Amino acid sequence: MNAVTTLLAELRFPARAEHLQALRAAVRSAAQQCGCDPPLTEQLTLAVNEAAMNIIQHGYREAPTGEIILEIHNNGTELVFRLLDFAAPVDSTALRPRDLDEVRPGGLGLHLIRTVMDRVEYLQPPPGVGNLLQLSKRIP
Amino acid sequence: MEYQVVSQGKFDVVMLSGDIDLYYTPDARRIVLQCLNEKRGVLVDLSAVTYIDSSGIACLVEGYQTAKQRQLSFGLIGVSENAMNVLRLTRLDQVFPIHDSLAAALRHGG
Repeated sequence: MNAVTTLLAELRFPARAEHLQALRAAVRSAAQQCGCDPPLTEQLTLAVNEAAMNIIQHGYREAPTGEIILEIHNNGTELVFRLLDFAAPVDSTALRPRDLDEVRPGGLGLHLIRTVMDRVEYLQPPPGVGNLLQLSKRIP
Repeated sequence: MEYQVVSQGKFDVVMLSGDIDLYYTPDARRIVLQCLNEKRGVLVDLSAVTYIDSSGIACLVEGYQTAKQRQLSFGLIGVSENAMNVLRLTRLDQVFPIHDSLAAALRHGG
């Protein structure tokens, strides 16, 4: 993150489904603040929600004690969402969105994240953090 | 999320409203599968859905596939703009029978 980056929101919450509504509210508010129109705001909300869902379901395997930190930054040209968790490190090379021609329940989250975002990166997490997922989207 | 189920001829109309997310999807899934277990066709009214994520979409796909296996009808009606955008992103708008209204769905037999 460079010097002109502004932190728009920071949220630390238990990795449980009932807390996703607060995450969505924070994403919507930041996106609106950065001039995103309603369709883009909803897409960003969906993508960040999907990333947090993956952490809850796959990272923590629905264990109720995990925590997630969401930071939302504006670096002047992009909205940057950073999701930090304390779960076991993810092998990002093994993550593949599934073929959409195959109609079956599940497995759509990664496709949605990659379709909406310009960049999806697993960065080196700070000490004590399991994973740092950074999602970036150019803003109007 | 809130829901209501009303019988309409050979169909159960499942009206979902609010956010269908990971927290509420188990409820939506239970309701849809319960109707199919009673050998009723299902029309899911998404007109008052403000948000749906991939878990909610998965519940609809499961309903659609279960109905197909049991030779029952399954369709979506009055899909809200937010829900339609997610269906488009996942290309499922080309899979589900989608109707503008209950009347249109009934005319087409679900």
